[in-house]
Amino acid sequence: MAKLIFELSATGHRAVTFPSSSCQDVDFKDFEAQSLPDLPEIAEIDLVRHYIGLSRMAHGVDTGFYPLGSCTMKYNPKLNEDVASLEGFAKTHPYQPSWSVQGNLKAMRHLQDALSEICGMDEFTLQPAAGAHGEFTGMLIIAAYHRANNDAKRTKVIVPDAAHGTNPASAVMAGFDVVTVKSDANGGVDFEALKSLVDETTAALMLTNPNTLGLFDPNIKAIADLVHDAGGLLYYDGANLNAIMGLSRPGDMGFDVVHLNLHKTFSTPHGGGGPGSGPVGVKKFLTPFLPKGSYLREQPDSLSFAPTHSIGRMRSFHGNFLTTMRALTYILFNGKGLTEVSKVAILNANYMMHHLSDIFTVAYPQICMHEFVLTLEKEKDIYHVSAKDLSKAMLDFNMHPPTMYFPQIVHEALMIEPNETESKSTLDEAIALFKMLYQKMIEDPSYLQNAPYTTPVKRVDDVLAARVPIVKYQKESK
Amino acid sequence: MNSVQEGYFYLKTHEWVKPVDETTFLVGISDFAQHALGDIVYVALPEVGDAVKFNERFCDVESVKAVSDVYSPISGSIIEINSALEDSPELLNQDPYATWIIKVEGSFDVSGLLNAQDYTKFLEDLQ
Repeated sequence: MAKLIFELSATGHRAVTFPSSSCQDVDFKDFEAQSLPDLPEIAEIDLVRHYIGLSRMAHGVDTGFYPLGSCTMKYNPKLNEDVASLEGFAKTHPYQPSWSVQGNLKAMRHLQDALSEICGMDEFTLQPAAGAHGEFTGMLIIAAYHRANNDAKRTKVIVPDAAHGTNPASAVMAGFDVVTVKSDANGGVDFEALKSLVDETTAALMLTNPNTLGLFDPNIKAIADLVHDAGGLLYYDGANLNAIMGLSRPGDMGFDVVHLNLHKTFSTPHGGGGPGSGPVGVKKFLTPFLPKGSYLREQPDSLSFAPTHSIGRMRSFHGNFLTTMRALTYILFNGKGLTEVSKVAILNANYMMHHLSDIFTVAYPQICMHEFVLTLEKEKDIYHVSAKDLSKAMLDFNMHPPTMYFPQIVHEALMIEPNETESKSTLDEAIALFKMLYQKMIEDPSYLQNAPYTTPVKRVDDVLAARVPIVKYQKESK
Repeated sequence: MNSVQEGYFYLKTHEWVKPVDETTFLVGISDFAQHALGDIVYVALPEVGDAVKFNERFCDVESVKAVSDVYSPISGSIIEINSALEDSPELLNQDPYATWIIKVEGSFDVSGLLNAQDYTKFLEDLQ
């Protein structure tokens, strides 16, 4: 395993040599900090080798197949990078007077209009810096809306049992109580159960459609009517938007608020924890609640404008501007072809599901949207090989495993989302790998139980890591 | 595996309640529950004095796989929590029937609960 940069540190090594300064030396005594910060001392060559070495241990979309369900790990076209590094975008500053950045503002407006068109919403804010940040923004908007109506009894947010974990978390952060609605036998929202939950205390229903099983809920219209008739709002988790672009729109399904993940559907980078981008779209009646500083159609001259019932600022300036420009590039480049993106994403998922279903058990066997879920419950009983074991074994073959143990309503789940950017030969290779490992499971379960064999780190003790987390490197005392 | 203990009463969500005397009860999770959860790494314990309601969530347990709600098989108020779980959540995996989570003062209503025999059958039907 690689050393930490602190372990590589050697006294006196330097990556940068500063030129001599004409300024007077200053005594540290005058400052609150009485000593220099404890930074690693390292030469440039060792520094470069350290980080390049780490990057070679990582798996990314640029190095191999990455069918991580619900994450839409699609290829990020390099054209996006070209556009984002144009001087007019990359070298502008948010404090520049607005007359000097009219092009940037026009580009933002263009993106907000495009996202509105794709989602069937009336306005978007580009401020939220990530998907969960977008969810939180959306839930604050819903809370503010009910507050503005003096409707304080609406304290409940309904979330399906198959929902992304961020949904209940965002609702709780925005001050709501979360109620879980179970899924029916077909994997959709259990309509009867929902009926019994929806009442005058319902603030909103959070839903992703298609859901985390990769299934489009055919009852969506009835669900939307039920919640609306009770005075609640509908929140759309855009995590699975890659399945429906140009085919159906959250706004038409009845959703009032939607967040998108530009790093999923619109090909901006996932890497390194960001920068992400989670724009939030709303129907017209909710525009007065958008964050302060959103670039709104009615106020094109003011960047510090606060809508009448604004929830306040969610982030400095306009979110991760260059990330949004990557997404705009992707949208402009594909144009009406975005429909094709979703169609091929669906086709690829069904192709993989079809070719795996002769050996593997599909949790909800029916035509899927952009992803599908396998269950290894039976295999775990027979061969004592878990979804985790199979996933670990894939690491030796330059393939990122699918999402494991999610959604939680499927035991020993493997959630596979191949996405539209992968070729048929890549899918065929992955199918062959799945089948080879399945055969191996029958012949020699211990091979999978002990995998991986070639990675820098083998099995980690995730139980110990969760029970006794050490989250900060402790330097040995000198 | 998936053992069921006599003298305990169960919810279909896999919690148990065991009467200590007429008004005092112990509450925990079943062997099936701890198996399904896998290695438990954290128990978010409620506080003494909190009210619990039949079939309503009173705490959550976190395993490597997921965080899951725990529902109360009885109504009443919490008179003691098993603070050993703060440092040793794995006790729930090791001995789910000896490891109670909360001690409740309340009234016992057997309707809505399964006895050991019914719970065993319920588990068989789940398989």
